[in-house]
Amino acid sequence: MSLVQTLFYMMSFIALASAAFVAATKNLVRSIFMFFITLFALAGLYVLALADFVAITQIVIYVGGILVLILFAFMLSGKETLDAIAQQRNKFISIKKIPAFLLAGLFLIVLLNMIFKVDADNLTWIKRAVTVKNEILPNSSMTENIGINLMTKYLLPFEAISILLMIALIGSAHLSRKGERQ
Amino acid sequence: MISLTDFLVVSAVLFCIGLYMIVSKHSAIQILIGIELMLNAAILNLVAFSKYDRFNNGGQMFALFAIVLAAATTAVALAIILNVYKQYRTIDPGKIDKLRD
Repeated sequence: MSLVQTLFYMMSFIALASAAFVAATKNLVRSIFMFFITLFALAGLYVLALADFVAITQIVIYVGGILVLILFAFMLSGKETLDAIAQQRNKFISIKKIPAFLLAGLFLIVLLNMIFKVDADNLTWIKRAVTVKNEILPNSSMTENIGINLMTKYLLPFEAISILLMIALIGSAHLSRKGERQ
Repeated sequence: MISLTDFLVVSAVLFCIGLYMIVSKHSAIQILIGIELMLNAAILNLVAFSKYDRFNNGGQMFALFAIVLAAATTAVALAIILNVYKQYRTIDPGKIDKLRD
């Protein structure tokens, strides 16, 4: 087993275990901080998938932005939030959670079944990509290519998403301002 | 090397944990975290397949777009959660069952 594979299994174990902890714990603050670890481990998985730029973006935006936002919302929404969570004093699998557990478990079975049936490593387009050298190698740097593609091939989605970010900025500022018309 | 199937299995498990959180949790913030987990599972798939697209970078590009979209969505959703809290004094989606008037 090579070093890369060992790292992959370690990272995916950390990601899955911390995600399971996020789902299982009753302490909201602790679950938010464990979500932080999940995001970091996912950034590590992106690096192992040879997408370093996406990994850095993940750390900057998710860990730096979204997590702080979630913490803010938690702090601003007061003590009743904690009470609502403290009411559900039961175990990970209780009678109330069986439907959710069944849904997630059966969906997982369906997904895994499909993944093993598809056998993604032997798809025709992937084989073709390997033969025509259209494959990212560990020593190739992709950031320059991403920048060029972003300004040429994907310019329209880029502009559309910038407008959408503007709309979201104005919308959330409007929603969260102190309401004078209540 | 790491096979694509490994990535797909990890992202499937993450997706199902997110689904479980969305269905079973009683706080809007935890449901939001579940949605983020599902989005991250999808992004992991995009990135894993993007390894075989060196010249166009389709997967990585749309992974970037998805990350930015998730940030925008979260900002709006949290503003809505704060408003709901102001109105109802709770953020349990099961107890929010009235319209404004």
